[in-house]
Amino acid sequence: MIALATPFESAPLTPTVGTPRRRRRGRPVLPGFGTTAAVTSLVVISLVVIPLTVLVARAASLGPAGFLTAAWTPRARAAYGVSLGASTLAAIASTLFGLVVAWVLARVPFRGRRLLDAFVDVPLALPTAVAGLVYSALYVKQGWLGAWLVPLGVQGAYSYLGIVLVLVFVSLPFTVRVVQPVIESLDRDAEEAALILGASGGQTFRRVIAPAIAPAVVTGFAMALARSLGEYGSVVFISGNMPFKTEIAPVLIVARLEEFAYAEATAIAVVLLALSLALLVVINVLQYRLARSAAGGAS
Amino acid sequence: MSLYLRDISKSFGTFRALDRVSLDVHDGGLVALLGPSGSGKTTLLRIIAGLEFPDEGLIEEDGADITQTHARQRGVGFVFQHYALFRHMSVFENVAFGLRVRKVPRAEVTARVEELLRLVRLDGLGGRKPAQLSGGQRQRVALARALAVRPKMLLLDEPFGALDAKVRVELRQWLRRLHDEIGMTSVFVTHDQEEAFELADEVVVMNHGRVEQRGSPTEVFDRPATSFVMDFLGAVNVFHGRVENGRAYWHGIPIDYPEYPHAQAREARVYLRPHELELTADTGEARHDTTSLPASVLRVIRSGAITRVACRPHGSDTELQVDVATEQAGMLALAPGRHVAIKPRRARVFLPGPEYTI
Amino acid sequence: MSMASTSPRRAAVRRTSALDGLLVAAAIGVVALFIVVPLVYVFHAALADGVRGWWAALVRDPDTRHAIWLSLTVAPVAVAINVVFGIAAAWLVARFRFPGRSLLVSLFDVPFSVSPVVAGLALVLIFGRQGLLGPTLAWLDWKVIFAWPGLVIATTFVTLPLVVRELIPVMEATGPDEELAAVTLGASGWQVFTRVTLPNIRWALLHGIVLANARALGEFGAVYVVSGHIAGATDTMPLRVEKLFQEYRTPASMALASVLAGLALVSLVAKFVIERQIAAEHRDLEAVRTTGDAA
Repeated sequence: MIALATPFESAPLTPTVGTPRRRRRGRPVLPGFGTTAAVTSLVVISLVVIPLTVLVARAASLGPAGFLTAAWTPRARAAYGVSLGASTLAAIASTLFGLVVAWVLARVPFRGRRLLDAFVDVPLALPTAVAGLVYSALYVKQGWLGAWLVPLGVQGAYSYLGIVLVLVFVSLPFTVRVVQPVIESLDRDAEEAALILGASGGQTFRRVIAPAIAPAVVTGFAMALARSLGEYGSVVFISGNMPFKTEIAPVLIVARLEEFAYAEATAIAVVLLALSLALLVVINVLQYRLARSAAGGAS
Repeated sequence: MSLYLRDISKSFGTFRALDRVSLDVHDGGLVALLGPSGSGKTTLLRIIAGLEFPDEGLIEEDGADITQTHARQRGVGFVFQHYALFRHMSVFENVAFGLRVRKVPRAEVTARVEELLRLVRLDGLGGRKPAQLSGGQRQRVALARALAVRPKMLLLDEPFGALDAKVRVELRQWLRRLHDEIGMTSVFVTHDQEEAFELADEVVVMNHGRVEQRGSPTEVFDRPATSFVMDFLGAVNVFHGRVENGRAYWHGIPIDYPEYPHAQAREARVYLRPHELELTADTGEARHDTTSLPASVLRVIRSGAITRVACRPHGSDTELQVDVATEQAGMLALAPGRHVAIKPRRARVFLPGPEYTI
Repeated sequence: MSMASTSPRRAAVRRTSALDGLLVAAAIGVVALFIVVPLVYVFHAALADGVRGWWAALVRDPDTRHAIWLSLTVAPVAVAINVVFGIAAAWLVARFRFPGRSLLVSLFDVPFSVSPVVAGLALVLIFGRQGLLGPTLAWLDWKVIFAWPGLVIATTFVTLPLVVRELIPVMEATGPDEELAAVTLGASGWQVFTRVTLPNIRWALLHGIVLANARALGEFGAVYVVSGHIAGATDTMPLRVEKLFQEYRTPASMALASVLAGLALVSLVAKFVIERQIAAEHRDLEAVRTTGDAA
């Protein structure tokens, strides 16, 4: 059709008769809204909202001064330091290792790749207590790994290093599995174009690949950090739990609980909670951005 | 079963999908809801089915008010655009579903399902799963499934939209024969004009949530009520012109238009269908013929039996499409640059504001 | 989690194979060091006293027997609660739109990010003797903390997101059309759910169950806080492992740890099999969605 001007608005054909009857917005067509809403709310409120609210309320009842006294003792500060420090180191290491593993799984065909892929999920299924137990057994002087590490001066068990090692274990699946699909769906055309234009492998990686996978890598780091901050079961076995040296915040909370020092335990728990929730928000934002760039970008 | 809709309105947030739409469907009719995306046709269909509820308005079925009746109780058969076959069930179980949920005895279920599979020419495929069927076959399963529970009305949402062109044509004809055979009141939604015209007894043209016109295919094509209808159904050339004294003037050429007998000239839009324009060789005489317009050929595109000729009237930089039979194009030796004379056989005029229609 | 990619690719743009070899070696090294070696070690250490010794450590000790029994009763109950919750929540979120929906979805993720110890503490603050409901529970003579119900609640909390997060994507991907079709054909709510929805989500549901079960068996921090760690009464398997470790009974500890590790491996195999099924069904789903004639 060859149109030359914008169409005029056409008037309705039939004049309206009768009174339109106004109704409320219709009810859902699919059944089950009421039941599922009730069950879901019940569970979420009683299991998530109320417990955490009670926790925060209890901490708040200390008053700002009381809270600070409880949450900011020297030992607590040391515990935060150990938690944050070890978690960050572990997250960095885990991200690097995870990137290598993800790359290899996604790009390099080799015999046994499927097996390697299957092992990556082990930390998700293995109880953390088992991990902690085994790591401490491995890295002591008599252990399989300690036997040649300890003489070299590397103390894996009952040390800060031990914490980092075990946190790498628990966070590895996250750093691998977030990055792996992104690498798998990279646009090969862009890389080939770069090579044809004369870029070296390293340049191609730096300029074409790295920017594409950066969001996933950062997301993986954040998830590893979040996972590590809250970890308790494995660290308890391997750190030696020495206050001011290798005591992480969760361990301190438990110690205070066992002394019935509820106020202090609650205060420290709230600090940890705030940190975790902040990280949760960051991760959600990162994942949202990741999904957006995957939809609009290189796949 | 007859259906009566009055002043149906529906909004989604701030988007007004339907604006006081009224519709009658008589018993046994095959009605097409035709319009572009966003015209509200699918929303209207879903409201008839009970898959949406209108914000305002009335729906009556055989005299009974069913506006708030739940979809489950409406007794309509609905065929979804992407068939919505139960992918973990066999073809047989898909078709039997409506019967099974009504606890129909097994023997009766088997008999009915087999009858339907024969009807839709899928007998023998009862054991297959949807993933093993072609698009056309899935469509027929969806139809059989909807028909199994003897609905009072059949509703189809873009039934052939997802199929290849050839399959579409075949299924169209098949559906028309089926409708004639079983005589069930049916309403279907489409954006394809050809489909609506070939299948339906009655076409309802919709736009922006309103009904532009309803009538038989011939009626809406030959006597479009609004400029939208004319524009939507088939190619059309649109020009500025004016009306005065019972005539419409297009590039100076007068066309009878008794609907506007007034002396005061008014701007109008003149709609000309490409096949309602005559093309003759410009032999110099045409310059003096006030009923034809001299033009030059810009492009000639042969499209099977029809040749589309793009022309530019002399003294103007507008473009005009004329459809001529390919034979005639050959006889006129049409080629870019050729001088021709264009004569309108028929035109329609639409005035701005409240529409005066022909 | 995804299998190694097997989609057809052009001959990849590859750097020198020496680098590739190095990367493969590094990857294998990392996984071997952090994952494989520990896994091998736990079985090795568990069998240090031979199979007899392993069996004796598990079966002779009444506290250890109790711990096994306790884990095997707490975990399934927590998983069952989460299955009911997961199905209800996924149906709600995937099939309806309502104010507060996004907030609700983000609440599902909270148990993932909160430290289990913090979760356990919160529960103690509610159900403990000095907690919110402490006096009420004492009056009713119901024990929650330091007792089985507390363990179930704590375990349910930490596994809460696992089933729901599996089901929501599947239900959103398949869309409501099949269920709407069932409604137009006259099916009741329950019929729609059992005949149409459940078959479509069964593999995702199983996947969630396997993950939730593995997590439930292995949960330590939250259960530690809530259980009071009373041997022979409220020690689950992981807690028992820790207690044996504290008592320097390493072989016994390793024996129980090997049972947990074995269960973890079973979970992983189940997970792998289910993921293959899901991938196969995903292919079928794409086939049904394809326009035009497929066959």
